Amino acid sequence: MSVSGTTETSRPSEAPRRRLTRRQRHRLVLGGEYTVFLAVLLALVLLADWGTVRLNLANWDVAKQLFPDIITVGLRNTVLYTLLAYAFGLVVGVIVAMMRLSSVPPYRWFAMAFVEIFRGLPALLIIIFVGFGIPFAFSIEIPGGVVGQITLALGMVAAGYMAETVRAGIEAVPRGQLEAARSLGMSYGRAMRSIIIPQAFRIIIPPLTNELILLFKDSSLVLFLAVTLEQRELTKFGRDLTGQVGNTTPIVVAGLCYLLITIPLGYLVRRLEARQRRGLR
Amino acid sequence: MSGEATTTPAGPGEAAEPGAAGGTPMVEIRGLRKSFGPVEVLRGIDLDVAGGEVVCVIGPSGSGKSTLLRCVNLLEEPTAGRVRIAGTEVTDPECDIDAVRRRIGMVFQQFNLFPHLSAQDNVAIAPRKVLRRPKHEAARIAREHLGRVGLGDRAGAYPAQLSGGQQQRVAIARALAMGPAVMLFDEPTSALDPELVGDVLGVMRKLALDGMTMLVVTHEMSFARDVADRVVFMDDGVIVEQGPPAKLIGDPSHDRTRAFLSRVLHPTATATQDGS
Repeated sequence: MSVSGTTETSRPSEAPRRRLTRRQRHRLVLGGEYTVFLAVLLALVLLADWGTVRLNLANWDVAKQLFPDIITVGLRNTVLYTLLAYAFGLVVGVIVAMMRLSSVPPYRWFAMAFVEIFRGLPALLIIIFVGFGIPFAFSIEIPGGVVGQITLALGMVAAGYMAETVRAGIEAVPRGQLEAARSLGMSYGRAMRSIIIPQAFRIIIPPLTNELILLFKDSSLVLFLAVTLEQRELTKFGRDLTGQVGNTTPIVVAGLCYLLITIPLGYLVRRLEARQRRGLR
Repeated sequence: MSGEATTTPAGPGEAAEPGAAGGTPMVEIRGLRKSFGPVEVLRGIDLDVAGGEVVCVIGPSGSGKSTLLRCVNLLEEPTAGRVRIAGTEVTDPECDIDAVRRRIGMVFQQFNLFPHLSAQDNVAIAPRKVLRRPKHEAARIAREHLGRVGLGDRAGAYPAQLSGGQQQRVAIARALAMGPAVMLFDEPTSALDPELVGDVLGVMRKLALDGMTMLVVTHEMSFARDVADRVVFMDDGVIVEQGPPAKLIGDPSHDRTRAFLSRVLHPTATATQDGS
């Protein structure tokens, strides 16, 4: 890529013909990069077993059988579990964030422990703990059955992250905002509800949307719980059908269904972040 | 809003209310001290502001002027001393500070408008949420006060769409909408471009003429001279001297006051003196 060897030895005035202009050098580098790219692409096309790929990963006949259930059961449940857990996590997250900012030390300690525990543990472990550990240890049923377990487990995982995000958002609101609100006679709680939290949420909408994407993917972990056929989400649906029909296509289609949601959401996050950088409200 | 017995949202010139009558000062500060850690910023302040009086506080930066103002509505908790507003002791731990703050308007150096609300909602939110006025009435109060500061046509604009001078006038309207008995101004023009200062001072001048009780921390000597009933010079956490503006600014009796005024009034002259 470098042609600096020639430039170091040659004086600018002496050998102008042997030196590459900046444009020539740029073309040379670009040409080299495209050559490597095309070589790898060619090798891939020639060496891949396209028959097997077609048969096992992108089998149209298998894919057709998946519809409409993969949407009406799989995607629907994935979205449902994600939204339930997100709503639960957001409410708990805001409460924990307020506790974290409390002037009462035990509340702060509790909030810090909560965040460390639910952010530090694997989501899968929490799901297994809620789904099997708690019912086993206390012989109790979590209300709402499997859906209740999913909401609780995924919601707590989300709450750990969201508590920190909400806290950061509240702390990002300038101190003068609280002073202005208090000087108008608002109580601390009123100032929080009407002035501080609305501004904090504007600041943290991009990270909160990111959290939605993460949660959407983490909802696949509930495949370890005892869900019925009608309660299966995308990943379990894909895995079950792959086993039933002896073909990998269902997993590929399930993956595409995830991307159908996550790519637009990712685009939305970038848009929101760009809008925030421009400082528009 | 006529016929309201308590906390009237504000026609002009209603500063003289029952608490202020009968010789009780609107603001009464006694032995006020405030420390931040080991640093004592206020070292025993006694100051009264009568109903309808305009008092300007001047002094070098770091002299404790802003802290004094912030102690009046308890944005800062005084370390010692008493503050009374229209006879109510705000430094009493039993005092309902939110109720007292409704009667004390405050205008900040950095405006501190609520950026997520339009100008009208900035003014309307406290009457709505604190005084529990119905939505349409709060909106009417807001428009009335925006009109009063000359911004009736910018009610729908957001703070980011307003100039600094306009923002500060919205902030004044926001404070006035609560019908305060006293207004505190904390260097209201210090963050403004020079050509925008006049609009804000004009609004404050009008307010003073309407009889509002005002405690103003400012560097605007011409405003202090023209509008104030009394000027207070603070330095190093104490009141050095106070008096009518003509006397204090024109013929100060204290060396520290004289030194400060010469720095403020003739900055270039002082610079050359220091240099020689």
